[in-house]
Amino acid sequence: MKSTILLGTRKGFIAYHFQNGQWKTENLSFEGVPVSIAYADPRNGTWWACLDHGHWGVKLHRSKDRGATWEEVAAPAYPEGAEVKDGQPATTRYIWSMAHGGKSFPSKIWAGTDPGGLFVSEDEGTSFQLVESLWNHPTRKEGWFGGGRDLPGIHSIIVDPRDENHIHIGISCAGVFETADGGKTWAVRNKGLRADFLPDPYAEMGHDPHILVAAPGDPDNLWQQNHCGIFRSVNGAQSWDDIGEPEGPARFGFAITVAEDNPDQAWVAPANSDMTRTAIKGALCICRTDDGGKTWREQRKGLPQENCFDIVYRHALASSGNGVAFGTTTGNFFFSPDKGESWQVINNYLPMVYSVQFVD
Amino acid sequence: MPTVKFTYALKRFFPGLQQTAAQGDTLAAVLEEMESSYPGVRSYVLDEQGKLRQHVNIFIDGTMIKDRTTLSDPFSENSEIYIMQALSGG
Repeated sequence: MKSTILLGTRKGFIAYHFQNGQWKTENLSFEGVPVSIAYADPRNGTWWACLDHGHWGVKLHRSKDRGATWEEVAAPAYPEGAEVKDGQPATTRYIWSMAHGGKSFPSKIWAGTDPGGLFVSEDEGTSFQLVESLWNHPTRKEGWFGGGRDLPGIHSIIVDPRDENHIHIGISCAGVFETADGGKTWAVRNKGLRADFLPDPYAEMGHDPHILVAAPGDPDNLWQQNHCGIFRSVNGAQSWDDIGEPEGPARFGFAITVAEDNPDQAWVAPANSDMTRTAIKGALCICRTDDGGKTWREQRKGLPQENCFDIVYRHALASSGNGVAFGTTTGNFFFSPDKGESWQVINNYLPMVYSVQFVD
Repeated sequence: MPTVKFTYALKRFFPGLQQTAAQGDTLAAVLEEMESSYPGVRSYVLDEQGKLRQHVNIFIDGTMIKDRTTLSDPFSENSEIYIMQALSGG
């Protein structure tokens, strides 16, 4: 298990470090500022803070000394004339995902934003450029729309470690896109997904993957917690199968994480349907599958089972080795040392948690 | 020469920020000058399309500007241009 956890929260960037069997706070930065994503680049240990200042706009900072000092860099910005829709100028409203470009491209970093622009940096994040090929995709202006946020947003970027020009992204609401040429061209990969909220649930466009992840050990093995179920692909997103429970809790939710050592093992954080977005029956539950989603098991030991309203946002559930951790909308932070068999409280008094990442 | 004053809230990000005299004859030009003096400050006040951020206000001689998109509100040589944040959120 990696020994650091980064949290992006509504009131700051928080790092925890595992020492003598306990998680202790190592760093608090940007106190009071919403941090949409707290991200560490595993290639070089650089920490990134994606800030969502209520007043001053979206900002991006990096630290090369584990949060002791930070440097502000130019946040992704839309070029003059870019429009979300005809007549609606595009401005960066939120940074919703970050991903490093892989070992073959040591200077490359990707960022996904609301209102739907993918950005790439070729200079270690000093500057970012809009990926015009996706922004100009013929489906975007008419076929993408807001889900969770008012405008479309890119919340998932998966770089294939075997071929780092091969990338999947997840967009709410549009669906899954794939590039095999480093972002020059894009293909829609929504076959098998279902969007119950659309007039045609099997439409090509308009799907709502809440989060898209790949099995670390088998990148063709993709999972998504979708607005309309849990879906899995074993063929690199060529097709998707609904693996959620029709009646059980493992169905609606936002977050999903796949085991590092087993592409068939994953955890989800179920929530009540989109009508209420609360904990199911007032109880917090994580569900784990060990067989690729054929069956799900509830993991509740140590989690609150009454008077609970917590849900887990899309970037706020993570795993590393036998460790699993998640943060909630009401500021609770839980850790399991045994793949979810039992849970410990790390903190009950945090701000709303937006992102959780295990790092070295 | 108009004078630009800033909300104290911006000092968190620009500790050296202080009342600054400006030469420009448009608000956009004045903010460009402030960017020269305090690199990065314009992106805290305007978005990348040059529009005043939603929760930021600019007052000219005590009156809130009307044109938040192209910043065409006039001012005089002795005007005070005050940049403040809306009191919102929690």
